[in-house]
Amino acid sequence: MITTRVQAEAFDAGAEAAALAAGRSDIGAIVSFTGLVRADDGLVALTLEHYPAMTVRQLAAIAAQAWARWPLLGGVVIHRHGRLLPGDPIVLVAIASAHRGAAFDASEFLMDWLKTRAPFWKQEDRHGKQSWVAAKQSDDAAAARWDAREEQQ
Amino acid sequence: MITLLYFAWVRTRIGLGEERLALPPGVASVADLLDHLVTLSPGHAAALADRDAIRIAVDEDFVGADASVVAAREIAIFPPVTGG
Repeated sequence: MITTRVQAEAFDAGAEAAALAAGRSDIGAIVSFTGLVRADDGLVALTLEHYPAMTVRQLAAIAAQAWARWPLLGGVVIHRHGRLLPGDPIVLVAIASAHRGAAFDASEFLMDWLKTRAPFWKQEDRHGKQSWVAAKQSDDAAAARWDAREEQQ
Repeated sequence: MITLLYFAWVRTRIGLGEERLALPPGVASVADLLDHLVTLSPGHAAALADRDAIRIAVDEDFVGADASVVAAREIAIFPPVTGG
């Protein structure tokens, strides 16, 4: 299964990926993606607000979708909330499978769906000026390509 | 009584994260509810003016403007999500 966690604390991407393979010999590929806070245009901090109950439900639903679509052997999705500084990790997706194709595809799918379906909002702090990040149409397009792919199959 | 939750700039414009409300007679859909909420304060009106800029969840599921709110326990109103 793919476990999902929402937490304020940092995570250790290497340890999370290693834990997926611990004690097993059927896993041939682990893809691990970490999203970090970028110091764009004088960004001082990023605060992630979320809707806790819905976040837990949406992450579980997105993980279940990935599990149903690809032959996966394990995985973990971690999303942080609260105030984060440039260089801090925000999100981790680590996926294990027998072969790399499923692990790469499932990881991209999870990030694309998470960005458009999990109820998180980013507020940027630039030297005392706060502003909410606007949703990007390119994120909607990235998420929609998985719907198109499903129809083709 | 239903619980209304507001997030991100919807929350800051309204000036509240949460409020409880008895649904007035005639409020059956999400669209009806929004029509009612904009009458509550200038902050509500400002936050909910652009219906295309907000998203709605009824009992933690995304819904459209036509969705029923009659049996709802919790309704959340927020901008398009920007996590990840």
